[in-house]
Amino acid sequence: MKEQNYIKLEFPSRSSNEFFARAAASAFAAQLDPTLEELGDIKTAVSEAVTNAIVHAYPDKIGRVLMRMRILSGNTLEIMVKDFGKGIENVEEARRPLFTTGGSERSGMGFTIMESFMDKLRVRSVPGKGTTVVMQRAIRLRAGMR
Amino acid sequence: MKYAASFSSGRLTVYLSGELDHHAAGEAIRVVGELIEDNMPRECVLDFSGLSFMDSSGIAVIINAGRKMRSLGGRLSVENPAPQPRKVLEASGIERLIAVATRI
Ligand SMILES: Nc1ncnc2c1ncn2[C@@H]1O[C@H](COP(=O)(O)OP(=O)(O)OP(=O)(O)O)[C@@H](O)[C@H]1O
Ligand SMILES: [Mg+2]
Repeated sequence: MKEQNYIKLEFPSRSSNEFFARAAASAFAAQLDPTLEELGDIKTAVSEAVTNAIVHAYPDKIGRVLMRMRILSGNTLEIMVKDFGKGIENVEEARRPLFTTGGSERSGMGFTIMESFMDKLRVRSVPGKGTTVVMQRAIRLRAGMR
Repeated sequence: MKYAASFSSGRLTVYLSGELDHHAAGEAIRVVGELIEDNMPRECVLDFSGLSFMDSSGIAVIINAGRKMRSLGGRLSVENPAPQPRKVLEASGIERLIAVATRI
């Protein structure tokens, strides 16, 4: 797959950066001419992945969050969110709907939403080392455009 | 996030506006919880018409408000979500537990 364009960001795991991460994803995705619904899906998935890094990877400290977005062939957007935090013991279990270690302020729906709003979701995690989430979404070419 | 509320004949309506993410959710859970405790309504409506964005953190706000209403023997519902919040509500399956309606 030919890599056509990319951007890399790094920010501390502060909750105020959730808004920024969504806005950055939306601005980068704009070059694929997405519909409002596609943009909404992308912002939602990014918000889930970044929030997980902020809430779960670094529960009681501020750590580094990396985000890389790139355009792949086939008008496809790929988004990677990476942290160097506590990691996930059992990824399969963590991806199940309603599974949460987050208590009453979390619903255990983040991975389920990422999965249903994007075409592909890959989660790699090493306990004590960190977690990497990679998501892809093909943006449909619209009639009359480009 | 901005909040407004109205109360009449046992029905509390809480209007939330802005982007309901994890950054905003802690405050939203507290504000809605306090409004319910202060008014002791039979019915609570979360009006989402002003929400321009919501993620799973918003689901937790609804679940917390629903739990509070149930402990008072009352009901919670969500009204008027825009397309993006509506899609998150649908994906989460919360509609099996809490009524989501459009009234405008
Ligand atoms: N980056 C991460 N680092 C460490 N643990 C994680 C990370 N992402 C997810 N997890 C673990 O996976 C679980 C499920 O994540 P998911 O996003 O599906 O739900 P949640 O974050 O608990 O709730 P919600 O996303 O609905 O607010 C989390 O409770 C946490 O235990
Ligand atoms: Mg989550």
